[in-house]
Amino acid sequence: MSVQTLTPARGAARTIRAMLGRSYPRIIGANRERSWLFYDTVLPLLGTVAFVYVYKALGAPERFIGYVIMGGATTAFWLNVMWSMAAQFYWDKQGGNLELYMVVPCGVPAILLGMSLGGMVATVLRAIAIVLLGSWLFHVDYSLVQIPLFVLVFAVAIVALYGLGVTFASLFLLWGREAWHTANLFMEPVFLVSGFYFPVSALGFWVGMGASIIPLTLALDAMRQLLFPSVHPGLLPVSWELGILVGLAALFIVVARLSLKKMEFLARREGRLSLRF
Amino acid sequence: MDRGGRAMTVPAIETQDLVRTYRTKRSPHNPEAAPVVALDGITLTVPRGEFFGLLGPNGAGKTTLIKVLVTLLLPTSGRANVVGLDVVTQAQAVRERISMVSGGEHSGYGLLTVREQLWMFSQFYGLPTGPALTRIDDLLKVVGLYDERHRRVSALSSGMRQKMNMVRGLLPDPDVLFLDEPTVGLDVGAARDIRTYIKTWVHDRPNRSILLTTHYMHEAEELCDRVAIIHKGRIVACDTPAALRQRAAGGTYFVLTTEPLDGAVTLQDVAGVDRADVRPLDGKSELRLHLRDDGAIASVVQTLAAHQRRIFSLQKVEPTLEEVFVQMVGQRLEEADERRGGP
Repeated sequence: MSVQTLTPARGAARTIRAMLGRSYPRIIGANRERSWLFYDTVLPLLGTVAFVYVYKALGAPERFIGYVIMGGATTAFWLNVMWSMAAQFYWDKQGGNLELYMVVPCGVPAILLGMSLGGMVATVLRAIAIVLLGSWLFHVDYSLVQIPLFVLVFAVAIVALYGLGVTFASLFLLWGREAWHTANLFMEPVFLVSGFYFPVSALGFWVGMGASIIPLTLALDAMRQLLFPSVHPGLLPVSWELGILVGLAALFIVVARLSLKKMEFLARREGRLSLRF
Repeated sequence: MDRGGRAMTVPAIETQDLVRTYRTKRSPHNPEAAPVVALDGITLTVPRGEFFGLLGPNGAGKTTLIKVLVTLLLPTSGRANVVGLDVVTQAQAVRERISMVSGGEHSGYGLLTVREQLWMFSQFYGLPTGPALTRIDDLLKVVGLYDERHRRVSALSSGMRQKMNMVRGLLPDPDVLFLDEPTVGLDVGAARDIRTYIKTWVHDRPNRSILLTTHYMHEAEELCDRVAIIHKGRIVACDTPAALRQRAAGGTYFVLTTEPLDGAVTLQDVAGVDRADVRPLDGKSELRLHLRDDGAIASVVQTLAAHQRRIFSLQKVEPTLEEVFVQMVGQRLEEADERRGGP
């Protein structure tokens, strides 16, 4: 039972076990307290529907309803990263979990990935609910022909997004309420510049390119181009957007690793990993 | 050699001139923003297999020392090794070999059951599920929590919760277990159960070590092979409980219960009285005396009689760590706590 010499294979196995272990409270929690089914599906759908009616009232082309539904579904992933993973460290610090996470040998990245994996259950269901219910209610027609490319864009975007999330999480090692406010500060501007509810090209090319630092911006734009070919005013060609997303994914993974390391060092130096000394 | 291939002669814990300061903010009470010195040159060696205690009041630096040793805090200067590994440069390797349990800990997730919570933590150490659950069940039986294994963590009493935390700390079978006031706030029975088990655990495993912080004198005396008394970030004494008591053996000690004493009765000035501590006890006063010799008790009794204070009991006692602490620090542990705002 004792901790044995760590080979790379044993290290990888431990990382996977730790991920699954940390995902468990989320998954079992979702099963034990099912009120989230209402809060995480019906209520977000209402927010999306509100935008649909704005477009309908303005007499916008039908494809805009599809844009809104796609945006509403993708919002779930952004919220999962920010609140179910990064900001979770705030609560874990308050509850005394963070210091235990720091002294267990699996490492913080495995625990963060476990959090996001556990949160995926609710996130995916929320996204699916919005897509299915929204599309059914408003009779949205999709013309998805390049399914593998669509899946690839989505997968790369998720990797980049979680890299960004881990970077945000690292801030919570050093800061508490300050990081919480920073996370809050990002929410609405990101909703705006990422084009969750409208084509990002409407912001203009350079603003759109600037907003592309948020992986979902280009991911949404690429996915909309694939879902509504020939009618969606894309910011860049899909292949370019995919290439940039791959770059962002690599960048954020590196940044996340460096940031975790640096923030852990600073937090240990400043005595911020624990509430009590 | 141990599990990590390290020689067994390598101490479990070794610190050299360890200093930790905290920055403070400028305020009317602290216009210079003077840093707080939490550890002030701690030099300490804990051999393998030892149950070592750190005894001191709140704010003495006990928890800070543990947090440095478990890699949660960087030292400001000096050196600290755990099983021969530097806590600054080899933090990950240290984490492979340690575990920590703190008193009053509310870690974990209330919606999980006891068994689920412990399984989750076992996964952070990479333990396969089957053996992990077997070990969890075994440990839960030992601490008397097996019948509660399917109960939600949120429904546990403080004592049950702390027993569960103790199981969590023991799950990875660490080389060094750090216990930071593990029985604080627990009822007598729960505290006794926990003390009994950790004593058994370390004595059954000759290569495992425990560093315990406490401000319960009796806990340190009962459990620890050696005790360091820490005060204001410095170790003021370090030895076996018996040897420490020997240091306080000069003179004799008496404990009396009397009618309530007030300021009118001053025993400190009685001939032969080195120190007199009074505290209220169930409507009476408990008087703890350090006398130069046995003969001085007669003067004390006369003084109490002169002030018409009845004596309910009078007992000559062996010096305890309490007396050692008083001698070293100049005040009782409770007094030191009160000056810092109590526990």
